[in-house]
Amino acid sequence: MKKFAVETSLSYPKKGAMGKTGSWRVFKPILDKKKCVKCLRCWIFCPEGSIHREKDDSVSIDYDFCKGCGICANECNVKAIIMEREEVKKK
Amino acid sequence: MTIMMDTGNRIGAKAAVMAKPEVVAAYPITPQTTMVEAIAEYVARGEFKGEYICVESEHSAMSACIGASAAGSRTFTATSSHGLLLMHEMLHWAALARLPVVMCNINRVIGPGWNIWVDENDSISQRDTGWIQFYCSSNQEIFDTVIQAFKLAEHQKIVLPVMVNLNAFILSHTSMPAEIPEQQTVDDFVGKYVPHWKLDIDNPITFGNIIGPEHYYKVRRAMQEAQQNAKQLIPQIAKDWKKASGYFHGDLLEYYKCEGAEHILLSMGAIGAESKIAIDEMQKAGIKIGLARVRVIRPFPAEEIRKLGKQADLIIIDRNISIGSEGVLFNEAKAALYGESEAKATGFIAGLGGKDVTYKDIETMCRKAMNGSAKKQEWYGMED
Amino acid sequence: MALKDYPVDECLLQGNASCPGCPATIGLRLVLKALGKKTIMVIPACCTAVIESLYPHTSFDIPVMNIAFEAAAAGASGVEAALRQQGRTDITVAAWAGDGGTYDIGIQALSGALERRTNFIYICYNNQIYSNTGIQRSGATPYAAWTTTTVSGKNEFRKEMGEIILAHHIPYAAQTCISYPEDVISKITKAKNIQGPKYIEILAPCPPGWRFSMDKTVEMGRLAVDSGAWSLWECENDVMTFNGKSKLILEKKIQRKPVEEWIKYQGRFSHLFRPQRDEVRLKAIEDYTDNLWERYRKCYTTK
Repeated sequence: MKKFAVETSLSYPKKGAMGKTGSWRVFKPILDKKKCVKCLRCWIFCPEGSIHREKDDSVSIDYDFCKGCGICANECNVKAIIMEREEVKKK
Repeated sequence: MTIMMDTGNRIGAKAAVMAKPEVVAAYPITPQTTMVEAIAEYVARGEFKGEYICVESEHSAMSACIGASAAGSRTFTATSSHGLLLMHEMLHWAALARLPVVMCNINRVIGPGWNIWVDENDSISQRDTGWIQFYCSSNQEIFDTVIQAFKLAEHQKIVLPVMVNLNAFILSHTSMPAEIPEQQTVDDFVGKYVPHWKLDIDNPITFGNIIGPEHYYKVRRAMQEAQQNAKQLIPQIAKDWKKASGYFHGDLLEYYKCEGAEHILLSMGAIGAESKIAIDEMQKAGIKIGLARVRVIRPFPAEEIRKLGKQADLIIIDRNISIGSEGVLFNEAKAALYGESEAKATGFIAGLGGKDVTYKDIETMCRKAMNGSAKKQEWYGMED
Repeated sequence: MALKDYPVDECLLQGNASCPGCPATIGLRLVLKALGKKTIMVIPACCTAVIESLYPHTSFDIPVMNIAFEAAAAGASGVEAALRQQGRTDITVAAWAGDGGTYDIGIQALSGALERRTNFIYICYNNQIYSNTGIQRSGATPYAAWTTTTVSGKNEFRKEMGEIILAHHIPYAAQTCISYPEDVISKITKAKNIQGPKYIEILAPCPPGWRFSMDKTVEMGRLAVDSGAWSLWECENDVMTFNGKSKLILEKKIQRKPVEEWIKYQGRFSHLFRPQRDEVRLKAIEDYTDNLWERYRKCYTTK
């Protein structure tokens, strides 16, 4: 990546530019791999790109960035994803 | 080298084409039209090899120049009056983006109550956009300034857009001879365009996303520093061009018979040219008066004006008015003098709406200022 | 192409500033899967100007130029001209604008760029409001919808932007919706391989703007198509084809669902149902939609 010297509003690509957006989550998607039929609907519809697709088309959820919208659960035709309320961490 | 006997617009177009921009985007408006028509003729004859985008508005003209410049190409456009006003948003955009777009603006009256004659309020009211602004006084100066504008805009210490202003009709539509150097001379002088940042698929960046106050502050300050750098580079580039072409029209100001002057007239554009005759006449009559023709209003030549204030009282003619305040040159010249000089400054508003300003008018203004009968700032030539 | 054939690479990076359930990011992911990394995007004021995230970082892994609200198509024209001069015809130039920047403030620059035969793809993601500004009415807002500037519901019907675009007779124009990934990707891919101006509009149901639960973004898009409130079509060299369910509705092979089936899930229409049903406006919505489809049939059905 080449940085330009001129001082203007030039921004450079960064994963997690807004930090770990997983902290925004109220409900958490839980994937039941046994039910998953690898249709990839959750992967294609995830607004955040936080459903990772493996070589065998199995999927996993990246909780670092998943904002918990629940589209994956809503779009899963075999109900392999359910939404659970995030637990409040006890200090 | 050839002599081109033609109008300011066509000579400006010649200069722009010789600087070889890759993209020209323009929209017609009187009295700029003959400039974009001339470029279209160069396109038709195959003498201009760049892209010529005939956009649907001036706003789009500047937006397209911004896009082209951001994609790494040298760009040029031209406009006038309401066209410049419509561009206003994108003038800021080009400057904040640090894109070295070069533009000719033909100074014309702003409506309503419209006409197409000269008045400098169009460009003067764009003075806070971050653009460097030149004002020309002859067709030769138009040619030379357009060439210098590319060199200046693209210089690594500047990287700002540059506006070359020429007065409607008095310059835009008046034929005068201009010496046109060889293409090689221009090529050598301007050089190949090397963008200071660009949209590049191999180095993906986002230009212009949300920016916090602390960074925004820095961007603004960097623009100011670039304008300050221009105060050194404009004279340097003018000197270099003199070496290359033989022509020189002054630094930030052009000094005319200022030696020993007790009064110095500050004026711009075509009035600046006319002022020379007035100075000759008054000097013949034994009056110690000289002329400092302001070529550049941004960056504002404050130090130079301060120096003049140590030598002489100042008489300032504005073909513009910042309504509710004063003529802008008058206002800013006084600000430059503040606390540094005891010089008296007298201002005149003259020639608005295309009203003719002859050397005799200029002489009358100067004499009035010198004999103390002028108000602090006077509207010259009004039937009160 | 099936879902599993689409590239895994993402040009929109995780951890960006979009709202949860954002349709624009679904659209961007799909569009960028089709366009790939050899793409320069020009973006005017719209939600995506926020989604990019904050300086000095960006969530886009392709070059992006932000430009003024009304200037996307003009800015893209400049980028395209420069690239052509530089011989970089391998790069796709795409403008990505919202409905406000397309239907309203940007229509002049868009029309100009289409008329000039600019070789670019103009993509409008249509969430039917000025969503980035905080849910104000646009020319794309449907009749009776609440927005912050149409507090008791919009009095006018939305404009038919697609038909305005068709009047330019460009080589390719299409309407799609984020709920149909295959449709989006096939249309963008087609556009990428056609010279000249291309226009693609993507319906983007916005949870906070339309007032529905954020897990229903994709479902709201499907219901819009099922009810005929939105249609999927493409027009290549003046040959119009309706796609998917919209084709079946056009050919009367299925009946569209009532638009009510779509709007009843959206808080922006809640005043049509509570405290009592607003039969007059509900009927006006269905009548408008029937007329719309009758006109489509007259214009676009070959006998």
